[in-house]
Amino acid sequence: MAQTRKELLVDPLVDNNPITLQVLGICSALAVTSSLQVAFVMALAVTFVTSFSSFFISILRNQIPGSIRIIVQMVIIASLVILVDQLLKAYAFEISKTLSVFVGLIITNCIVMGRAEAFAMKNPPMASFIDGIGNGLGYGLILLLVGFIRELFGAGSLFGITVLPTVNNGGWYVPNGMLLLPPSAFFIIGLIIWAFRTWKPGQVEDREYKIQQAEAH
Amino acid sequence: MSDAQNPEPRGLIGRFLAASPDSVGKTLVVAVALCLFASMVVSAAAVSLRPVQEANKLRDKQLNVLQVAGVYEPGMNVAEAFAAFQPKVLDLGTGEFTDQFDATTFDDIAAASDPELSVALDNDPAGIGRKAKYRVIYLLRSPDGALDKVIVPVHGYGLWSTLYGFIALEKNGNDIFGLQFYQHGETPGLGAEVDNPRWKALWSGKKLRDETGEVQITVAKSQPAAGPDYYVDALAGATLTSVGVDNLVRFWVGEEGYGPFLTRLQAGEI
Repeated sequence: MAQTRKELLVDPLVDNNPITLQVLGICSALAVTSSLQVAFVMALAVTFVTSFSSFFISILRNQIPGSIRIIVQMVIIASLVILVDQLLKAYAFEISKTLSVFVGLIITNCIVMGRAEAFAMKNPPMASFIDGIGNGLGYGLILLLVGFIRELFGAGSLFGITVLPTVNNGGWYVPNGMLLLPPSAFFIIGLIIWAFRTWKPGQVEDREYKIQQAEAH
Repeated sequence: MSDAQNPEPRGLIGRFLAASPDSVGKTLVVAVALCLFASMVVSAAAVSLRPVQEANKLRDKQLNVLQVAGVYEPGMNVAEAFAAFQPKVLDLGTGEFTDQFDATTFDDIAAASDPELSVALDNDPAGIGRKAKYRVIYLLRSPDGALDKVIVPVHGYGLWSTLYGFIALEKNGNDIFGLQFYQHGETPGLGAEVDNPRWKALWSGKKLRDETGEVQITVAKSQPAAGPDYYVDALAGATLTSVGVDNLVRFWVGEEGYGPFLTRLQAGEI
């Protein structure tokens, strides 16, 4: 095996982060980051689904027919997502109310599918499981970063606890309403990607084309 | 997997595992087996967790009734405190209670999509499409048995979503004690400020209808002619949610909604 288990777990946090390097799972990162609590639960749910779907797909990898492999992966992922949704509704009702449709939309999260197809189909179960956890955590890390900025400056609170008392509640802080709307997550994720790639220039992609040097004949 | 010493795998399972994953037979078997297994897992989870989920929903609704009636304190036993409330099924058309349904189990939200129990609305400011003919309301009686508060459910469309909530009314049937939404999908920080306790407090003491029985309560940016008793300041930055709340409250306390019942309540007939 090329990577040790520790590398499988740690690499996706910064060096191979699913959001900033692979640029996957952006859609849900826009939707669920307006408050930290929701982002946190979403990160846990995605980590659970990614790790277990990778695990089960990896167990079956030698038996999965190539012609229907995407469908087989989807069935496994979808079943796990429904399981998470049912568990949240039963044991974390308040949070499941705020997450509403986004739990179901984990199915469409490209990270889950991406790791299943790119890693779990070719690697043994334990490595796939750890890879799933790593990528889930990498996704969660960015989600929490974005959620932190959006909730702090958009609503003046963190995890629902007031940090900057807002004018609406008799305080002094005028919240930036735009940060509570989904487009703001685009800007923040863009800035995070920029920061990561400035810190680690190796993550910068090659240009798709290069301008040919003109030569005089 | 087949044993390396034994080139001919034996038994059904051995032959199956050794077969090429891409053969037609194996593709079919894998697809069917996986679907069967997955559906069993999913349905087992759904069925076994159903009671807990139903209990959560019920508790959430009860909690909101307690909160809107102002009797909720953190840490209290919701089910016990809720026993003080008497659920009643109300016939919206006549404004009278009916014993046709069991008030503890009747689902008026589901009834709104049942053609037998609901009517399609032509004039539909609240954006709900169909209205149930019957709704479950809650009567809170003081310890001596006298009517104290009436809690009525309301719902209507805001900006993104249908807002579901309760209005608690004083026993005179015209003064609002409180308003609270228990389910909505409005923009956090803007429309979702309908949950802000400071905004909800604005509703307390407002009046629904004037002496002539005309609905006057309104959520608006500036005070209407009817005066401050009928006016709740709209939410800043959430014009469409405020308009939605205005529409739904006016719809539900109007003649199409609880109007007939409120008239009876005001006359002291309940």
